[in-house]
Amino acid sequence: MTRSFLGMPATAPPGVGHLRGAEPFPAAARRALSDAQLRRNLGHATTTIRTKSAAVVGEVPDWPQLRAAGRAIKSDTMARLPELLEQLEAAVTAAGGTVHWAADAVEANRIVTDLVREAGADRVMKVKSMATQEIGLNEALEAAGIEPVETDLAELIVQLGDDRPSHILVPAIHRNRAEIREIFLRAMPGVDPALTDEPAALAAAARRHLRETFLSTRVAVSGANFAVAESGTLAVVESEGNGRMCLTLPETLITVMGIEKVIPTWRDLEVFLQLLPRASTGERMNPYTSMWTGVTPGDGPQAFHLVLLDNGRSAVLADPVGREALHCIRCSACLNVCPVYERTGGHAYGSVYPGPIGAVLSPQLTGVADNASLPFASSLCGACYDACPVMIDIPSILVHLRSQAPHPRAEAAAMAAAAYTMDHPALYAAAQRAAKLSRLAGPRGRGLPPPLSGWAASRDLPQPPPRSFRQWWAER
Amino acid sequence: MRVALFVTCLADTLFPQAAMATVRLLERLGHQVVFPEDQTCCGQMHINTGYPDDALRLVRRHVRVFGRYDVVVAPSGSCVGSVRHQHAMVARRAGDERLASRADEIAGRTYELSEFLVDVLGVTDVGAYYPHRVTYHPTCHSLRMLRVGDRPLRLLREVRGLELVELPQAEQCCGFGGTFALKNADTSTAMLADKMRNVLATRADVCTAGDASCLMHIGGGLSRLRAGVRTVHLAEILANTEADPAGERHAAARATPPTGGAR
Repeated sequence: MTRSFLGMPATAPPGVGHLRGAEPFPAAARRALSDAQLRRNLGHATTTIRTKSAAVVGEVPDWPQLRAAGRAIKSDTMARLPELLEQLEAAVTAAGGTVHWAADAVEANRIVTDLVREAGADRVMKVKSMATQEIGLNEALEAAGIEPVETDLAELIVQLGDDRPSHILVPAIHRNRAEIREIFLRAMPGVDPALTDEPAALAAAARRHLRETFLSTRVAVSGANFAVAESGTLAVVESEGNGRMCLTLPETLITVMGIEKVIPTWRDLEVFLQLLPRASTGERMNPYTSMWTGVTPGDGPQAFHLVLLDNGRSAVLADPVGREALHCIRCSACLNVCPVYERTGGHAYGSVYPGPIGAVLSPQLTGVADNASLPFASSLCGACYDACPVMIDIPSILVHLRSQAPHPRAEAAAMAAAAYTMDHPALYAAAQRAAKLSRLAGPRGRGLPPPLSGWAASRDLPQPPPRSFRQWWAER
Repeated sequence: MRVALFVTCLADTLFPQAAMATVRLLERLGHQVVFPEDQTCCGQMHINTGYPDDALRLVRRHVRVFGRYDVVVAPSGSCVGSVRHQHAMVARRAGDERLASRADEIAGRTYELSEFLVDVLGVTDVGAYYPHRVTYHPTCHSLRMLRVGDRPLRLLREVRGLELVELPQAEQCCGFGGTFALKNADTSTAMLADKMRNVLATRADVCTAGDASCLMHIGGGLSRLRAGVRTVHLAEILANTEADPAGERHAAARATPPTGGAR
């Protein structure tokens, strides 16, 4: 078969799903920073998780080797993604499942909606899934008259609160228990009006509400953490057991999975099931690890559909530097150690993928121009790279994407002029002498234009010295 | 040993006392310091702000200027980090493999000051005297790009008269991040506020670090608060002796708050 080159693979289409924010990061961050409750909730939660994670990571003697193995497996996977996906398709089909290919969010939503309709259902229960949040599946189902019910406790809080997730692993991290109680009282059908904000009482209320759903819903939708190409086995890891209810009780199971989630062999799970729980929830072993291969007669769902989602991933794969972002196993360790995320929270990023990984993944999925402020939403401190269990060099990808972002014209002119000056030592020395004129601005930088005024709002300017080092050296 | 000083544009222009202290310190330890006057800037700001094409000429200049020296030392973890981890990348991106391999060679003989003292010279007691309560902020690029580890602390522990106090949450970024401090000024300020709170909690007189840039940020915030805590580059502390307190006098003079109705 001959193949014609059709140009760059498509990015995720606009107008569907949740990969693009309504405003640039600095503006959204500014609002988040002024929310004292949010700052407290986030500071408390991220500190707790990262301390817990650091402790259990520290007790694994071969953690560096495990990370290197995780990276190697993912690099190998990306290098032969098409063949692995075809192998996965064959294995799933042989095991009695049906595989669907979705080029983008629109196609994936249509496939899932049609499958639910064919099953004759008007309600689906959902396992926590980033891919379905990414494509806006809930909105698409609702538009088709199908009610989606989130069964992950935190996703349920977000759904009942008519809110948006702000963390990959802990979508309601921006809420504290008093706020959760209020949401339950307002939106949970049949809730006890005497509900307290004790964690056990809140969990019990959710359990009562969800038990009804588990027993009466015939179709479930999930994501996937891993899909083993050689066996066609899908894997979902979770902490509550609610996911397992959805994966085992219904008649029909539909799994929406980003194409980068495939791994070559069963044995590769050995690496990732050690890396993921310690890096994400700070647990030694994952509480509920559910795996299934196609359909088993008389046991579990009797119809299984796997939707393989591209939605910009092939475009990411085409970038030799940026493609490492596809190695992500969604542990969210980078969010928990990020000093920017800790202060702004996830909503400021505008995408379902917040934090450092979101700042490199979202702009690549949508095209950098559609998320141009995200690669700059980092001080490049490098804490994310150190925490990543599959060693994604997030700072280097951020720098790489910054070079692709559209630059403000005045900034580009200033940068070119600065580079020219610094390439001419005589001009450079003259510019240094002129820098003393900045004394006129005073330590508070009064009258400085943006972006320099941003500095002077909270920080005094350094006092220019009487002479530069090179003047001192020359006179020495 | 003959050492080429990679001064960094920031120290050259705004914080010459850090560079002067580096010269005094290395000369006191018996080494010859040379200053290649054609050097300007390593291009890190251009690279990290998304202008690798503009940075290329600065990488080329850096390679031309420092190519002929056996040892290059800079009083900055960040600029050494750029030389070591970014210069070759910028060259390769532009398709200049020859420049990339020369950049890699130079990176192999370029050292941040504390690395040079501890790893190359093998000293931790440099004979310094600094009678102050000091806390040390490990800058992100020293910590995570260069992995200088506890080298600066080992140097500080040997300074006579110096009382070293541990900085809480030391490894958290101060929020500088180059143009991040301008493009995301609010988030940067929120990070700085926490860093300053931790610095003040140590009740130290002096906050030190191996990067003038982060110190400019922390110091700019502390100065705005009239907090009374000075920021002093590690080189200035190490250069200071009982016989030669020049750096100390200079720092004290600079710490005088600006007068006038700035409020």
